[in-house]
This record gives sequence, structure tokens and C-alpha cells, in this order.
Amino acid sequence: MNATAEAMAIPTAVNAVPTTAAMPASIAIDCKLDKVFYGDFLAVRDSHVPIEKGKITGFIGPSGCGKSTVLRCLNRMNDLIKIFRFQGHVHFHGQDVYARNVDPVILRRYIGMVFQQPNPFTMSIFDNVAFGLRLNRFKGNLQEQVEKSLRRAALWDEVKDKLNNSGLSLSGGQQQRLCIARAIATEPSILLMDEPCSALDPVATRRIEELMIELKAKYTIALVTHNMQQAMRVADKTAFFGVDISKGGRTGYLVEMGDTQQIFENPKEDLTKKYIRGEFS
Amino acid sequence: MNEPSTAVDFATRIELPKLEKSFFVGRALSSSLLTIGVWVAAILASVPLFSVLYMLIVRGGARLNLELFTELPPAGFELGGGIGNAIVGTLVMVGIATLISVPVGILAGVYLADLGPDTKVASAARFLAKTLTGLPSILAGVFIYAAVVLAMGGYSAIAGGIALAVTMLPTVVLTAEEAMKMVPQKMKDAAYGMGCTRTQVIWKIVLPTGLPGILTGVMLAVAGAAGNSAPLLFTALFSNYWLHSLREPTASLSILIYNFSGMPFDNQIELAWAASLVLVLIVLVFSILSRIIGRPKV
Amino acid sequence: MLNPFAKADTVDSISGPPSQFDYGWDRTFQFLALAGAWMILILVVFILWEIGGQALPAMRDYGLSFITSTTWDANKSQFGILPQIWGTLYSSILALLIGGFFGIAVAIFLTQDFLQPSLAAVFRTIVELLAAIPSVVYGLWGIYVVIPALRPLANWLHETLGWIPLFGTSLSGPGMMPAAIVLAIMILPTITAISQDALRLVPYKIKEAAYGMGTTHWEAILKVIVPTASAGIFGALVLGFGRALGETMALAMLIGNSNQISLSLFSPANTLASLLASSFPEAGQTEIKALMYAAMVLLAITLLVNLMGTAIMTYTSKKFEGKK
Repeated sequence: MNATAEAMAIPTAVNAVPTTAAMPASIAIDCKLDKVFYGDFLAVRDSHVPIEKGKITGFIGPSGCGKSTVLRCLNRMNDLIKIFRFQGHVHFHGQDVYARNVDPVILRRYIGMVFQQPNPFTMSIFDNVAFGLRLNRFKGNLQEQVEKSLRRAALWDEVKDKLNNSGLSLSGGQQQRLCIARAIATEPSILLMDEPCSALDPVATRRIEELMIELKAKYTIALVTHNMQQAMRVADKTAFFGVDISKGGRTGYLVEMGDTQQIFENPKEDLTKKYIRGEFS
Repeated sequence: MNEPSTAVDFATRIELPKLEKSFFVGRALSSSLLTIGVWVAAILASVPLFSVLYMLIVRGGARLNLELFTELPPAGFELGGGIGNAIVGTLVMVGIATLISVPVGILAGVYLADLGPDTKVASAARFLAKTLTGLPSILAGVFIYAAVVLAMGGYSAIAGGIALAVTMLPTVVLTAEEAMKMVPQKMKDAAYGMGCTRTQVIWKIVLPTGLPGILTGVMLAVAGAAGNSAPLLFTALFSNYWLHSLREPTASLSILIYNFSGMPFDNQIELAWAASLVLVLIVLVFSILSRIIGRPKV
Repeated sequence: MLNPFAKADTVDSISGPPSQFDYGWDRTFQFLALAGAWMILILVVFILWEIGGQALPAMRDYGLSFITSTTWDANKSQFGILPQIWGTLYSSILALLIGGFFGIAVAIFLTQDFLQPSLAAVFRTIVELLAAIPSVVYGLWGIYVVIPALRPLANWLHETLGWIPLFGTSLSGPGMMPAAIVLAIMILPTITAISQDALRLVPYKIKEAAYGMGTTHWEAILKVIVPTASAGIFGALVLGFGRALGETMALAMLIGNSNQISLSLFSPANTLASLLASSFPEAGQTEIKALMYAAMVLLAITLLVNLMGTAIMTYTSKKFEGKK
């Protein structure tokens, strides 16, 4: 993070996407975060990020810009942090997920999540994938569904002979694909991926990127990445977040959002241009 | 400044320090003495263990036969006899204590580690549990005498078991809390991300992952309770007969050792040693189990 | 429970909301866990309430003279526990001197690179096993090993140095010194374990700094490492002292249960805990009340010492966590 970039990040008109009341039906999650606080700390402001159905939406930006925070608002993972507060709304298929009568536990069953660090449970590979199915009292063929998920996560061939081994016995890349298989086993319509490749080597990263493109046919994906090339390779839409230090804190906000091609080739904002050229990171 | 004479002057004026080690001068000498000192201290500190084990094997081992486990304790001038009822009594009372203290202890541990680690209740409970580990176990006996024996109208295995449970509880709570705190947050996040309720996260992830540590604590507590006698002195008292009912005075190995140690009869003293051997073996089995279970798995 | 997402386009989704049972169990379990935590608070209050309540009549009858008088005679209903308080403190302080010295020495020995790791593990196991031996077994061992071994030395000391109050009597059987030695062995594992933790908490960079100044191994240990860990080691000593105050069975078997105040290391004495152990089972109504008062005094002393120890430990661990 360098000082000039932050100085540039003083807010101007920021919302590239107009906040119209009626969102098109192709929007899976309409996420409008006016202010997100951790205690007194303003983490994110003025970010309107609609996630389109059947597409991969990439979140990019310098570290500390709040892109992970935004992602964790989508399935209310931030609720686990006691000091979290927010203003705005998140609509999932038209339903306000922060409404009082909504239980985040139910919400999270419909939205899969893959984390930055591979985090398989200390149980067998099979049980890891079957976890969500058992949780939802899946009535169908468990073996079949586990196999299907592992195949879709491009892991089946590597683990089919050792399904009873511990999930932790796999390599880092395999563990992350196991976590993806675990997340998609219950067929959620949306997959949130929080820098899923940051702990992986290039080969494993490549496999997971291919996987994301395959999954796109069926799932809506929101992807946080610190790697611009990755966003360029896989994302259909890209949201670029900046950091505003003008008020003393480090507050993330949406600089602009649009088709990936447009963001990378013809960004509207100066700041985006600089970031994409690699002038700061 | 480059003339050689200056260099010679310099060398003669300033004495270069000696860098070789010498063992018998000044601080090197005191270092060696201190090192010898801690070696002697460590070896002296190990002597009691070997002496105790030697005595147990030689004096207790002499009486180690089948009769020991099947017979009742002898009266005054009688010969022979065994400690069967005391072994049963110890196991039964430790069993009762485990049944009470483990569920309560693990539940409290769950609250301290996961549900409300920063709440006032949790900090108070944590602090008091730590203080309770230092409660003299005889006071657990006095407490249960007042609370249970007086209420039930007599000494009993139940009262003894509850008294042991009081001594076990803090160990179980604190080790269970430690074990569950070690469960990585990222693993819990994964479970929350799948849409687990808090209880589901605890049952499916936190408890299974922390299980080895929890069991280690339970085994340690059981080992401690098996060897503990002070809480039983006036809760379970003693009995020369087999256990018939949990509401009757009950024999235990540790009280048998205490009673027999002061008797002027060789037979009873031999039995006290044999009972000590059995008791130490029981305690060691649980201590070793706790170490095996607690060993980090790769 | 309302499922607002049922209409969402997750046609082939397997997901569904948690069942009524899941929600019910969730609430029940969270309540049970909270109740478990409360149990500890309730237990402590209950202990204080029961022992305090039982002690109250005797406290009213005997008042403070209970603590300052020296006779314990159930037949005459005369009860005073000054000798027991003296014996408790004297035996615990002696045990702390011996056990503290050896305990800290062993902790330094095990943590400061005197041994290769495998040998250190052997010694660590020995210390842990010392903690696993039950109190009564130590008592038995004390009667048949420590007292006979100590007697010739004690009697020689009494004969040659008898004018010193410490050696003022001979050791006929049970007495202060064998009790204190066994007590020292029993508190050594506690002191060693906690001191080891304190010594291990000393950051490596502090050691490096000491060696960088050109200190020898021992100078680094005594002038830098031990002082840095001193609060934790002090806590270990306080907790070890607390253990010693409340230790019962071994003392009841070794100290002689004689209600007298003597400086002599070899005379029999008594402690609060062994008074309870030896008198309680056969006590009548009035004596039980007095014993409850004695229990209350023991509770107060140990609670005070343990609260101090726990507070010191909490404080030191916080201090180091803050620095990281």
C-alpha cells in the first residue's frame, strides 16, 4: 500500500451501478452496504454490489479494502463477530437476509462458502463431503451424491481409493478442492469463495480456476481474489474496491464495477486504471 | 600511521583478552558447581519415586495373589484375607464421581470455551474452577458430610462418589475448556458456513476435534479421584463387607491403607502394602491412558 | 421456523432449514452449557454456605478464643486450634523450603538445555509420576521408609546440637520432619510443573540478548531468565504452599497428631487437615461443631492463599500475552 494511491482514493462518485429500486431478475444477490462497522471502526462504506445469476463476480482491490468483509456479509458470516454492525441491505432472491425473522443458519444452508485457508474437518474424506448432506437429512443415495460432488470438484480420481482417509492427509490443493466438493454437495445455488487459491501453488490454482469456470454453468459464484490475473481469467463481472484513509481509519469502498473486460481494458476511474497497471497493490 | 612501530606499541600496551575456557577460575568454577548442583537436585528428587516403587513391588508384590482380590479384609488377629470389597468400593465410587463430574464439567467447558468465553459468568467460573483445584480435598469431604451425609442420615457410597466428583470437577472443566479452545476457528467457520446451528457446530466439530484433550483431562481426574482418600473419610467411611447397596458405608482402597497402616499386626500391614500396589496400578493405568490419548496425532 | 428462502431458485438444492428438533436441541443444549458454568459458581457458594452454616454455632460459642487457645479436649468441651494452625503453617513452610528449592532447581534443570530432549523427557515423566502417587501411599512409605531412615540422623542431631530449639527433642516415631519431607515431595511436582511453564514463557529473544552481552549459561539463567519468570515461579510457590496447607492423609499418618506447639523438627505435632481426618469419624455432636469451625478456618486460609496464587498466575500470563 503506498501513500499516493491512498491519497488518490478520496471518494468521488463511486457507484458505477445505479441503485435502482427494481433490480433485474437476473440478480441473485443484491448487496448494498452503506456502512459496515466493527465496533467503532468503519470497515466498508457505500458499496453496492449486485451478484448476477450464473456468472462469476470477482472482487479485487488492495489488501484491507474490505472485499472479504463484503463477501462475508452475503451469508451473514460476520454475525459471528459480536462487534459487527451494518447499514444497508442484502437481498437474496428478493428476500432481505438481514430481516429480523431470518435465521442466518438457514441462509447459510443455501449459500456455499469456500474459505481462504483449506479447512477440511478432522474426519474422513467421505464424511467431509457427506457432512452437509447429513446435516440436511439427505434422503437420496449418499454414496452417489458424494461421488458426484467429488467428480465435479475434480478430485474423485485422486481420492476414490482412499475415501476413508482423513481429509487432512491430502495436499493443500486437494484439501481446497475437498472443501469445494463439500460446499457444492448440497447443491447451493450460490458459492462464495474467499481467496480460495491464496494458499495454493500455481498448478493447484490452475485446477481450481478451471473448476470455477465449469461450475459457473450451475452456480452463481462470488470470488474474492488478490490476484488480478485470476479475476481476468475467470470473472465475468469485476468489482474493484479501494481504501479510503481520509478519515483516519482504513475504510473500504466500491470504486467501480462492471464487465471484467471493461474494468481491465477501459476502466472509468483513474484509481482503477492505476491499480490495474500495477502502480499500487 | 602505517609504521610498524605503532603496531608493536599497540600490542604491548593493550593486553588482548584470553578467549580459552578455563574451568577452575571465577565464574567458570561457579558455573560448574551450579550445574553439578542441579544434577544432584534432580537425581535426589527422583529417589523417592524409585524408593516408593521398590517398596510397593517388594512388600506389596509379596501378597499379590488371587485371594487378595476375592477375600474380605481380616479382623484384628486373623491371618490371610484380602481387599476385594475395597477394590469394588473404589471403582464404584470413582464411577459415580465420573458420571456426575464429566457431563457437568464438559458442559461448563463448552460454555467457557465456545458459547460465552468472554462473559462475566465464564470469567467467574474459570477463576473459581482454578481456585477449586486448590481446595483441600478433605474440605470436599466436610462439605459433602454437611450437605449429603446429614441429609441422607448416614454414610454411603453415593456420598463418597459425590465428594470425589467435587474434587474432579475443576480438572474436567479446565482441561475440557483448554482442549476445545484448541479447535481451529477456521474449522468452526467451515461448519457455520454450511449452515450449522451453534449446537451442531459444537457436537459435530468442536467436541469430536477436542475429544482427545477432553479425555486426557477426564483420565487425569479419574486417576486423582481413585487415589484420593480424604473426601471419603467421613462420607463413605469404611466397611468390612461386600458392597450391597449404594446407601451403605462403603470400603475403599485408600481408607483401607489408612486404617491398616497404623495397626500393630503384620498381616494388616502387608495388606496395606498390597492395597497400595493395587491402588498405584489403578492410578497409573489411568495416568498412562491420559498420556496416550493426549499424545498429538500427526 | 420461517424459511424465507424456500421460494429461491434452488430447485435441485438439497438444503433445507434445520428441523424443529434441531432448533429445540440447540436451545436446550446452550441452556445446559450455561447451567454447567453456573454449577461451578453455585458449587463454590454452596460449599461456603454449608461449611459456614455448620461452623456458625461453634463460632458463636467459642468466638476468637477458638483460634488462640491450645487445648482440644472433647470430654471437657474445650476447643482451641492454635497448635493445629501452628503445625499447618510450620509443616507447610518447611515443605515449601525443601520442595521449593528442589522444585525450582528441577524446573531449571529441565528447561535450560542441560539435557538432551530424550533424557529430559525421562526426568519429566519421573516428576509427573511423583504427582500420581496417592497421598495415603506416601503416608505408608513415610512410616516404613522415611521415619526409620531419619531416626538415627535426627537423634544424633538432638544429642550433639540439642541446645538449638530446632533439634530440641528426639524423633521417636512420627513427627514434624518426616511429615515435612513427605509433604515437600508431594508439592514438588506442582512447583516444578508451574515453574517450567513460567520459564518456557520467557521469550527466546531475551535469552539471546543475555548471551549477546557475553554472559555464561548460568549468568543468563540467574540474572535474566529466572528474574523474567520470577512472577510465575512465585505463583508456583504460592500454589505449592496452598497444596501443602490442605494436604491431609500423608500428614495424618506421619505428623503424630499431638496438639502441641514446638519449634523442634522432631517432635510430633498436628495440622488442621489431619485434625479433621483423625477426629471427625468418631466425633460427637459438640466436637463436630468445633471441627466445622476448624474446617472453616482451613477453608479461609487455603482460599486466601489459592486466590493469591491464581491471581498471580492470571496476571503473569496476561502480562506475557500482552507483550507478544
